Amino acid sequence: MRHRKKFNHLSRTSAHRKAMLSNMASSLILHKRIKTTVAKAKALRMYVEPLINKSKTDNTHSRRIVFSHLQNKEAVSELFREVSEKVANRPGGYTRILKLGNRQGDAAEVCFIELVDFNENMLSDKADGEKKRTRRSRRGGGAKKTTTPATEPTAKAVEAAEETKEDKASDSEEKKEE
Amino acid sequence: MAHPKRKTSKTRRDKRRTHYKATMPALGVCSNCGATIKMHTVCNECGHYRGKLAVEKEVTA
Repeated sequence: MRHRKKFNHLSRTSAHRKAMLSNMASSLILHKRIKTTVAKAKALRMYVEPLINKSKTDNTHSRRIVFSHLQNKEAVSELFREVSEKVANRPGGYTRILKLGNRQGDAAEVCFIELVDFNENMLSDKADGEKKRTRRSRRGGGAKKTTTPATEPTAKAVEAAEETKEDKASDSEEKKEE
Repeated sequence: MAHPKRKTSKTRRDKRRTHYKATMPALGVCSNCGATIKMHTVCNECGHYRGKLAVEKEVTA
């Protein structure tokens, strides 16, 4: 039974896995984009995103917590200096995984994992998408509704178009998985 | 413990295997250069993904 086994063990012992994720997280923060397999990238995403979240509050305590995970001075200072600045307005989702196909040798699925805010090419025409914040929870939704209607019609149209696109994409993905 | 009474014949084995089939990967067309691409992957030819430049050519190769 795989009930409640949420994360991928990546065929490693706990210590090995933690060391690898720690190294990968440091590399990602220092280089902004690293090439790895999709499975590792997905595991790394779960590992770094909370750390990047922590970097938004710059104090000794959060720095120590992050250091305990990264074990790399340069990476920690880079994270709190450069990365946290760029990431400040983003409510989560700091990384992007770009699949690159299968590699020669073992046919493993390879991908780039990158920090979203450091890829100018992909960012350029998404600038308007950043502004509108969607809140899915109903709590505190009433107050927001009064402020949004002015911009809503255009935003909704764009959203609807994007949604249909994404739906199609996800449909085909499901087919592939089947 | 139960055991097989007979060896599985070649015919029976091969008949079972008629259902083992390779599936075609979902393919699409790159919106930038028109090359055939695997869905949800960066284009191998021009490095675009969903109409945007994702990866410079040198890096992809």
